[in-house]
Amino acid sequence: MLSLTLPVISWAHRIPAWIKLAFLVVISFAMFPVRDITILLSIVGIVSSLYLTLGAMACAQGLKMLKPLAWMMAILLIYHVLTGQTGEGVRITLKMFALVGLANFVTMTTRLDDMIGVVMVLLSPLKMLGINTRSIALAFAMVIRFTPVLFQKSSDIAMSWRARSPKRVGWRVVLPLCFVAIDDAEHISEALRARGGVTSHH
Amino acid sequence: MERNLTFIALFAALIAVLGLLPKLTLGFGVPITAQSLGVMLAGTVLGAKRGFLAALLFVGLAIVGLPILAGGRNGLEAIQSPSVGFFLGFPIAAFVTGLVVERAKDMNIMIVGVIGSIIGGVVVLYILGVLGLAWKLEKTFAEALLLVTAFIPGDAVKALLAGIATQAIYKARPNAVMSRT
Repeated sequence: MLSLTLPVISWAHRIPAWIKLAFLVVISFAMFPVRDITILLSIVGIVSSLYLTLGAMACAQGLKMLKPLAWMMAILLIYHVLTGQTGEGVRITLKMFALVGLANFVTMTTRLDDMIGVVMVLLSPLKMLGINTRSIALAFAMVIRFTPVLFQKSSDIAMSWRARSPKRVGWRVVLPLCFVAIDDAEHISEALRARGGVTSHH
Repeated sequence: MERNLTFIALFAALIAVLGLLPKLTLGFGVPITAQSLGVMLAGTVLGAKRGFLAALLFVGLAIVGLPILAGGRNGLEAIQSPSVGFFLGFPIAAFVTGLVVERAKDMNIMIVGVIGSIIGGVVVLYILGVLGLAWKLEKTFAEALLLVTAFIPGDAVKALLAGIATQAIYKARPNAVMSRT
C-alpha cells in the first residue's frame, strides 16, 4: 500500500537516485523562465514518451497520479479563459503537467530505500552539529511501519462506529485515533528504552 | 529522548492517516481532508519544537515517495505542483500553533488550542500556501488567495476540532500534551 515505486525494473530504475533528483531540481529551475508554448509542448511530449518507454502499467499509474493536478488546472484554465488570458492559462498548465509528470516519474522509478539513502547523505553534515542521524533513520522507519498500522486502526474505529450508528462516521474517528497514536507512542518508547535506547551502539 | 522520538514519529503517522481518510464535503460542495487537522494537533499536543519535527518528518517521508499526502499524492509531486507552499508550510504551521499554546499556559487549553490552530494552521499556512500558488501560477497574492478562499471555512472548522480534541486529550492523557508539561 505504501509505495508508488513500480514493481518492475526499467532502464530508469537503474539510474542512481541522486542523479534523478538532481536532474529534477535542475529542470524545474531551467523551466521557470520558459514562456514559448511550442517548447513547453515539446517538453510535455518528451515527458510523455519517457512514460511510454516504461510500458502500459506505468502510463496508467502516471495518469492516475496526475488526477488531482488535472482538477486544479481545469479550474485554473476556466479562470484564465473567463478573464481573457487563454494563452497564459495554457502556458502555465503545460508547465505544471511537465514538472509534476517528471516528479512522478522519478518517484515511480526510484526505490524507497534509495531515496532514503540520498536523504541520509544530505543529512550527514548534521552529525557535525552533534545531531544523531541514527535517530532520524529510526524515525523514518517508524513512520513507514506505523502509518499502515494506524490506518488499519482508523478503519476498525470507523467500522465499529458504523455497527452502532446509522450516521456518517466523519470526524468522529479523529479523537480515538489520536489516543491510539499516543498510546502506541508510549508503548514503543518503553520498548525502545528496554532495549537500550536510541543512542546506544549495540 | 526515546519518548520524544516515538511521539514525533507517531504524530507524523497520524498526519499521514488523517490525510488518507475519506474526504468530507462541506455544505457548499468544497471537499476537505483532515490532513491539516493532523498538523494542528501536532502543534497543540506536542508543542512548537516537537510539532515542527513531526510535520517535517511527514514532509520528508512524502518527498522520498510515500503516497501520504491527501488524495494519495507524494512529496516530489507536491513540491512541483501549485500547492507547494501548503505542503512545505506544514512544519512552520505546526511550529507556530505549538508556540501559541506554549506561550499561553494559564489559558483554557481548548480556547488556546483553537486560537493557536487558527494562527498557525490557518493564517500562517495560508500565507505560505498562497505565496506558493502565486509563485507557481504566476499570479498576484490577491488572485491566488481568491483560488483558495472556498477552503478557509473548512480549515476554520478543523481549528475548532483541533481545540476540542486537544482538551479531550489533555483530560484523558495529560502527560501526552507536551505543550503543557
